Amino acid sequence: MRSTTLPRPRGELTEHLFTALRSASDFRGLAAKATGEDAALALWILHELHYRGLTDVDDALEWDPQLLRLRRQLEADLEDRLRSRFHAPQGVSFVDDALDWIDEQDGPSLARHVHRHASRDQVLDLLAVRSIYHLKESDPVAWLVPRLGVRAKAALMELQYDEYGGGDPNRLHHHLFEAGMEASGLEPSYDAHLDAVPLEALEQNNTLSLFGLHRRLRGAALGHLAAFEATSSLPSRRMAEGLRRLDFPDEMVEYYSEHVEADAVHEQLAVRTICAGLLAEEPELETEVWFGAFTCLDLESRFAHAMFARWGVEEKAA
Amino acid sequence: MSTYEHPDVIVCPGGPMLVRDHPDSTRPVAAVCRCEKSASLPWCDGTHKVLPADQRPS
Repeated sequence: MRSTTLPRPRGELTEHLFTALRSASDFRGLAAKATGEDAALALWILHELHYRGLTDVDDALEWDPQLLRLRRQLEADLEDRLRSRFHAPQGVSFVDDALDWIDEQDGPSLARHVHRHASRDQVLDLLAVRSIYHLKESDPVAWLVPRLGVRAKAALMELQYDEYGGGDPNRLHHHLFEAGMEASGLEPSYDAHLDAVPLEALEQNNTLSLFGLHRRLRGAALGHLAAFEATSSLPSRRMAEGLRRLDFPDEMVEYYSEHVEADAVHEQLAVRTICAGLLAEEPELETEVWFGAFTCLDLESRFAHAMFARWGVEEKAA
Repeated sequence: MSTYEHPDVIVCPGGPMLVRDHPDSTRPVAAVCRCEKSASLPWCDGTHKVLPADQRPS
């Protein structure tokens, strides 16, 4: 399995961090005061030590106390920002009302733009940026398994089994995306497009890793999963039709077609068996589950705004 | 020791019917359309969400 090559630094923190990682030198004095892209990229790279590792970086640094301290500071800043934007819905039950509540949140839609209006270059840009997530799809959620009670654990595995291809590597979702990228002429490796990824997409990914890596955030992680699945089926159909309109190869279309049907199942499972199982066992986590669902939609909305701005697309037309 | 409910079929209000080990599906769980408006019949494709409330299955 190929590890991730360190990308271009985006500020003082990543410049010092990447130099220190390559030489496994002293990490003291790395300031976590960085903000924006610099902080987000530093955190993305530090999380990467827990997934597939970094090229030319010692694997033992995954558990280096100074790096963990830096990671923790960056994660705490991110979590503070996410929580400061969260307003818990009142008078609703997650298990009974989440799917309707999610449908009522009306954010900007990249899929609608791809369906009818996007140019081929815009779609290639979107696929490249999203690749940092899709090429490890479901992996952040896999961290949760040992942290759940019997009901939620069995339910999550039922969903994850499908995400990972039901035992068939050819049907594994992140492999389907890789095949789609290759057929579309995009370099399918995990790190190839990292330099082009905007802050908002780095934060989406960092949030998934944050929720997955911290046991105390298991409620938020499962709420995020539910909102993610519940906003996938219809947009995936629009993506598939937009890709066909632009003559993208079948492999790329197939990735999205697969998600139309898969996520029509997964959204129901995420709410009715996974979150219902969690909340039956740990009812005190209900607000955290809402926090995760809200955060998923909030980050996707910020990401969509950022991509429309990057392409110079007026959102009304999208 | 607790035993848990694990039904073969779960009817989702306003949405599909989940069926475990459906003979025509390769998924562990399939979502069978109940609104009859899916473009992928017999499977759910999420279309029920864009139907008026009175046309959604109860």
